[in-house]
Amino acid sequence: MSVKQALLALLEQEPMYGYQLRTEFEARTGSAWPLNVGQVYTTLTRLERDGLVEPAGADDEGHEIWRLTAAGHDEVAAWFTTPVARTQPPRDELAIKLALAVTVPGVDVGTLIQRQRSATMGALQDYTRLKRQADASTGRTDLAWSLVLDSLVFAAEAEIRWLDHCEARVRRVATESTPLIAPARFERDEQEAGR
Amino acid sequence: MSPSSVVLRLHGVTRVHGEGATRVEALRGVSFAAHAGELVAVMGPSGSGKSTLLTIAGGLDQPTEGRVEVEGTDLVALPRAGRSRLRRTSIGYVFQGFNLIPALSAAENVALPLELDGTRTRAARQAALRALEEVGIVELADRFPDDMSGGQQQRVAIARAIVGERRLVLADEPTGALDSETGEEVLRLLRARCDAGAAGVLVTHESRHAAWADRVVFLRDGVVVDESGCEPVESLLETSDAR
Ligand SMILES: Nc1ncnc2c1ncn2[C@@H]1O[C@H](COP(=O)(O)OP(=O)(O)OP(=O)(O)O)[C@@H](O)[C@H]1O
Ligand SMILES: [Mg+2]
Repeated sequence: MSVKQALLALLEQEPMYGYQLRTEFEARTGSAWPLNVGQVYTTLTRLERDGLVEPAGADDEGHEIWRLTAAGHDEVAAWFTTPVARTQPPRDELAIKLALAVTVPGVDVGTLIQRQRSATMGALQDYTRLKRQADASTGRTDLAWSLVLDSLVFAAEAEIRWLDHCEARVRRVATESTPLIAPARFERDEQEAGR
Repeated sequence: MSPSSVVLRLHGVTRVHGEGATRVEALRGVSFAAHAGELVAVMGPSGSGKSTLLTIAGGLDQPTEGRVEVEGTDLVALPRAGRSRLRRTSIGYVFQGFNLIPALSAAENVALPLELDGTRTRAARQAALRALEEVGIVELADRFPDDMSGGQQQRVAIARAIVGERRLVLADEPTGALDSETGEEVLRLLRARCDAGAAGVLVTHESRHAAWADRVVFLRDGVVVDESGCEPVESLLETSDAR
């Protein structure tokens, strides 16, 4: 995730101080991608070096305020008008794990898939609960947070659908090669053995 | 959680269809409970026994083996008339195909189970209007099903399932033919009903909809293989007892 772009976009709204940037970022995205305040300060230093932000004095409580330079405004405009690059798929630990699980001997793939499905379902239940709370209020920031939650919901849903697909394929392969073992019995014994 | 809050309980339920070569074990030793205030989702591939579980829970079908209790009453031991009565008074059922009667208006469809149970027409209509109000379409009370959208018909079907303060609401793919926004609305209604104290069981293919539930039960080939959620996993413990 680009902390740099996010901070610049927030400063487009109004000049702010470091801690305030962090608060505003989290108000929009919940704690989905927590930002530590040290990260905010180092990023601001880099942005100042690159000529995208500049100090704008201090507020009454002595907080150092930052604002965009002309180049900073241009950078924000460019960010919002350019699609996010998809040069190569992000490394997906689960896809890699499954690819290895179906090839490394002795791995209990059925149980692996069910455990993952259960865990992802649990996360999906949490997001849905948060979404119900977010939908109950109507502020603009809540709209932002609610859209971030939707993104997490759709990603979890896609992961579960993919797991269902993997399971169906693995089961088909298993029944083709060992037709004498009933798949569910097989899966359940494995699960008990795992306890 | 106190035992009195258990609204639905299945004990080692097995359902076998057919014999010999055509024999199918649709459910095998399933134990399962739904508590007041709880929405439970049931997920599983096609043919895993979801609808069978629901029809047995609703007294529409009988288990080959095992016990089914609704608010402490044993459905299997109950004579047919008593079972029908319990079905009309305590159990609401939402079918995938809505199952509304085309010759009756929305309000008449909703009032039907109460009238069948001997409630006077006026009182039944009032209860029906309250239920339609709850699902947000009281203004369509005198429309006929054919003159409503799929989403509106599904709301009528839900109103019929909750009319008269039913404590157990069973829904089989209630979001099946609906777009995602309307489907979500249906979930909101079921959720609200459970938050108000009913026990709900929802069969769905969509994980996004199952996520509205407190617990998700996974069925495979007639067996409960797993559960997820933060509520007490009592029925999992029961399954291990039953083994
Ligand atoms: N009346 C019946 N006679 C014979 N077999 C039946 C009968 N009803 C159901 N079955 C079988 O029992 C199994 C479980 O069926 P069920 O309808 O419960 O599945 P389901 O999980 O609801 O599937 P779907 O997602 O496709 O609705 C299937 O193998 C089905 O063919
Ligand atoms: Mg079904």
